Amino acid sequence: MRLEVEITGKTFKSAAGGTHEVLAPVKFTLESGEVGVLIGPSGCGKSTMLRIILGLDHEFQGRIARPPQARIGMVFQEPRLLPWRSVEQNVRLAAPDVTDARLSELFKILELEAHRSHFPGELSLGLARRVALARAFAVDPDILVLDEPLASLDDALAGRLRDEIATLVASRPVMTLLVTHSLDDAVHLGDRLFFLSPRPTRIVAEVPIDIPRDTRGEAEIAAIKAGLAQRTQGDRAERDIS
Amino acid sequence: MLRLLSFVLFLAIWWIAALFAGGAKLPSPPAVLQVMIAEAASGALFLHLGATLARVTLAFVLAMSLGSAIGYLMGRVKLADRLGDPWLILLLNLPALVVIVLAYIWAGLTEAAAIAAIAINKLPTAIVTLREGARALDRSLDEMASVFAMPRWRAFRHVVLPQLAPYIAASARSGLSLVWKIVLVAELLGRPNGVGFEIGVAFQLFDTPRLLAYSLTFAAVVLVIETLLVQPFEARATRWRPRAA
Repeated sequence: MRLEVEITGKTFKSAAGGTHEVLAPVKFTLESGEVGVLIGPSGCGKSTMLRIILGLDHEFQGRIARPPQARIGMVFQEPRLLPWRSVEQNVRLAAPDVTDARLSELFKILELEAHRSHFPGELSLGLARRVALARAFAVDPDILVLDEPLASLDDALAGRLRDEIATLVASRPVMTLLVTHSLDDAVHLGDRLFFLSPRPTRIVAEVPIDIPRDTRGEAEIAAIKAGLAQRTQGDRAERDIS
Repeated sequence: MLRLLSFVLFLAIWWIAALFAGGAKLPSPPAVLQVMIAEAASGALFLHLGATLARVTLAFVLAMSLGSAIGYLMGRVKLADRLGDPWLILLLNLPALVVIVLAYIWAGLTEAAAIAAIAINKLPTAIVTLREGARALDRSLDEMASVFAMPRWRAFRHVVLPQLAPYIAASARSGLSLVWKIVLVAELLGRPNGVGFEIGVAFQLFDTPRLLAYSLTFAAVVLVIETLLVQPFEARATRWRPRAA
């Protein structure tokens, strides 16, 4: 199974009547078991790209080849839970086939056991984010899409959730697309990093990380980051010359 | 407790006012109660009340279901909104009396005409409220439902309907009070039974105790339905909201 993304352009009309180019040609593929990371500055059109990939936005040029019948698990930037349904119902409504055992396991990993019957309005943002993660994983997805799932959480919690995502991703073959502006998240979780430019968005660089995810310790992470820093500086130097 | 107190206060004011106004204009509470008991004993009270309630129920259900469906459609589909809007404005501003009289002229002095006329009066307000509700639907939740491939019915029931529930409750509440008012006019003008008919008779005879007996029983029934049906529904629909301290 693979996901092929080939967007040749996306424009939108502003209220004033002008047209804005949001996406320049963007092309990449993602294989099963791979974690692709889209990194770029805020407002660079990452979310627009995701909406196109997910089939929520059909007004673009190009094509998206998703495996037919692929189940999608998604964590939106905001948790997007149903405020009128309990935590457990929220997960079960999105994933009607989830078994009780699997649900308990997920709630245990994400430390949500005590909140099963709570309504989302009673949860902190961190907890709501975890419910959104539980929902995405409960679907048993073929494609997992994470849109800044760890933004605006404190470092300790973000670190723990990151480990949980890594565990869950490793537990089954799934193609994962992570959108983030945090280099930390990217080097911890990613197999391939796609660096994006400001609007109109295009892929500036594609960087594979060869060290397997579970063997990346502090030292390896630092080394990858140093490599990336060198690379981006090189890019900048190149641009300065030209 | 507070409700009881305010009810007692109402009775007291009434009684005092009755003393000043005299029995012909405003009979005292016991006098009215006496008529109520007499009418109840003869069965007339229940007959008329039952006839009115049946009309209210039918017209209300008809108007609510039709109005909700049309309102939802108009809130969701732009074309439907454009097509329906002039009709809606016309209906909204059409006086109740005109609708009732025309219904009786066109369909005869029949039960169907009365119920249709009442329903048509309530219909536009239901449409307007539900249209607002459908316009206010959270698109991000729609997207969530679509990404997770929720079947249509499940998405409607768990994503859309709870968002519409407060609008439905508001429309039911205002609609019920509208229907209560209009049903009596419809009965007065063209039905041989019902609370409205009885009030018409009492008016012709200037029989104030009878008039008050019927209207107050009617008001009491409305109050009971409001507390036992409408309020619990509202509470249930909004139970997920964190309660104010």
